[in-house]
Amino acid sequence: MGAFSSLSEKLSHVFSKMKNKGKLTDLEVKQAMREIRIALLEADVNFDVVKKFIASVSEKASGEDILKGLNPTQQVIKIVNEELTALMGGTNSKIDIAPKPPTIILMCGLQGSGKTTMCGKLGFMLRKQGKKPLLVACDIYRPAAIKQLQVVGSNAGVPVFEMGQIDPQKIVKEALKEAEKNQNDIVIVDTAGRLQIDEKLMDEIAGLKKSFNPNEILLVVDSMTGQDAVNVAQKFNEVMDVTGVVLTKLDGDTRGGAALSIRAVTGKPIKFCGIGEKISDLEIFYPDRMASRILGMGDVLTIIEKAQNAYSEQEALEMQKKFKENTFTLDDYLVQFEKMKSMGNMQQMIQMVPGLAQRVKGDVQIDEKQMDRTKAIILSMTKKERENPDLIKSSNKKRIAAGSGTTIQDVNQLLKQFAQMREMMSRLQNMGKRGFMGGRFPF
Amino acid sequence: MGFFSKIKEAFSKTIYTVFTAKELDDEFYEDLEYALISADLGAEATSQIIENFKEKCYEHKIKKPEDAKELLKQIMVESIDYEIEPYSYPLIILVAGVNGVGKTTAIGKLARYFKNQGKSVVLAAADTFRAAAAEQLQVWADRSDLRLIKHEEGSDAAAVVYDALASAKAKGTEVVLIDTAGRLQNKKNLMNELAKINRVVEKECPEADYRTYIVLDATTGQNAISQVEAFDEIIDMDGIILNKLDGTARGGVVFAISAERELPVIFCGVGEGVDDLIPFNPKDFVDGLF
Repeated sequence: MGAFSSLSEKLSHVFSKMKNKGKLTDLEVKQAMREIRIALLEADVNFDVVKKFIASVSEKASGEDILKGLNPTQQVIKIVNEELTALMGGTNSKIDIAPKPPTIILMCGLQGSGKTTMCGKLGFMLRKQGKKPLLVACDIYRPAAIKQLQVVGSNAGVPVFEMGQIDPQKIVKEALKEAEKNQNDIVIVDTAGRLQIDEKLMDEIAGLKKSFNPNEILLVVDSMTGQDAVNVAQKFNEVMDVTGVVLTKLDGDTRGGAALSIRAVTGKPIKFCGIGEKISDLEIFYPDRMASRILGMGDVLTIIEKAQNAYSEQEALEMQKKFKENTFTLDDYLVQFEKMKSMGNMQQMIQMVPGLAQRVKGDVQIDEKQMDRTKAIILSMTKKERENPDLIKSSNKKRIAAGSGTTIQDVNQLLKQFAQMREMMSRLQNMGKRGFMGGRFPF
Repeated sequence: MGFFSKIKEAFSKTIYTVFTAKELDDEFYEDLEYALISADLGAEATSQIIENFKEKCYEHKIKKPEDAKELLKQIMVESIDYEIEPYSYPLIILVAGVNGVGKTTAIGKLARYFKNQGKSVVLAAADTFRAAAAEQLQVWADRSDLRLIKHEEGSDAAAVVYDALASAKAKGTEVVLIDTAGRLQNKKNLMNELAKINRVVEKECPEADYRTYIVLDATTGQNAISQVEAFDEIIDMDGIILNKLDGTARGGVVFAISAERELPVIFCGVGEGVDDLIPFNPKDFVDGLF
């Protein structure tokens, strides 16, 4: 979303008046936090959670040293991102297995959050791990919910137990007998969607917890949920004392701020994410990915990190100077290629920067094989030619092509690409002046 | 209007106290911002409404919160109030939206709504994707004793629609309601399928009154804006059905949507019963928020 790709730009604007002065001041942090606050609210993080988060991060950021290689904008994003990641908790996607089978997993959540689909995905995952799960149909209210679970179960290759629309207590009781008979070691109970304020239905599900003492009670939450996520999570947790949270529909373009809100009010781990419509589209939860998603910063930090590893400060400065003065040669191009190999390709890098993919259209395509060919072509040039490609005439091209085992078209293509790259670099440089790189070349 | 009082219960805890303040001071505005954002209006729509409200208070020299209350209501009502052309028949309504917002349920209730008005209705089960979606719609059709056109799971959704339209034409049915598969707005193929269904309707029934509604879950936050944008781009939506207003979520994201494009809310879903769909009334909705 537009609002997000511009967060970094807004932050850059906040910091445009200062060049790396070494420390973040209170005023700068305050101004930056105003933008962060809006970013988090637009991501649907709960208002109270945002307020507390901003207060705690502001305190941490004030007076913080700006790390070498980062500009103030990046430094603030780094701190905010680290704090978000920390709040999101560790990676904890283990299902608590009962010492004596069967392990009971009870799913709960609002209508339409994706419980039935998630039952199938969990069943599939556990079956792949060598378990023998059984799905139990306890959504006795929604029309055709049982049928849906049966279809989902057959897609997952997992049996489904159902007794029609009768008391869920009886269904689970019978299902456990069935599980014992068939040696199912895990029983996954699908339940009806319910509003957390519907006392009758909340009593019903609390009753299941009381009678069967499930090993896992997973709250299934739509990742697109807004401010109400806190109310939902709080109440479900209060009644059910859930053991974990599952986020669904993360394959959409939602920023998923609800994840942070839920985490903040329940303190319970987010265990899994639904990331697609296929039965195998289930992922364990990665706090760092979620943090940068909520922040809407793509993987800017990954780039910052990668850049720091691949380039020394000195090299970066030299390269930057060359771009500025437009003295970037084919030799440098070659060096650039080698560096890029250690960072992943250009396309990928561009994809990682929010907003950049749209601005730099897909005219920079570099694949690995082509890299090797490019290397051969450049090495077949004379030193002079490498320094000034404009000197290369068609007779030279014939020689270069022969020397590198390529064709004249290949040579032409490379020269064209080089020109494009140069142009893109100067565009990046220009963006940097007003944009997020803060005048620093990304790698 | 039982449902609007339900909203009131949840929301008034914040907005009610905001207006019990003594002065229109910074603290008042901060609390108001809190209340509006908590209702999912989003940072942008909230600040627009508050700016507008501040200006009007200044214009009318209003100093006391209690006197300002009606003014804010008025601003909020105006921002979501649209003139809606009455239906003519034959009428075709296509219902779209992301997964789990309650499209099928909304169709079931819409069917009853038109039947209660003495119209003949046929349902098209064009969600051929989700497991057991057609069975679910069949239950709703049975509840209102209505015809349902369905094909096998996994079959071409546009073909279902074609058959339903043909059947309606042959029998002179007044209302055709089309249920579609839930799709996340960034899924290209499914969005293309929706465009295809749309083309079938436009080609087969160019004379009919054709409306396209996007169903939103009131629990959804700011992503609803992105949903509306994406669907609107594919089939030019005519309105919103705002579902699940019987929970504690307030559906304030419709203000954020209205700040971006003219898209009226037509109906709201307020429960799981077959009659729990009511025409949207901006004034009642805003009153319910206060």
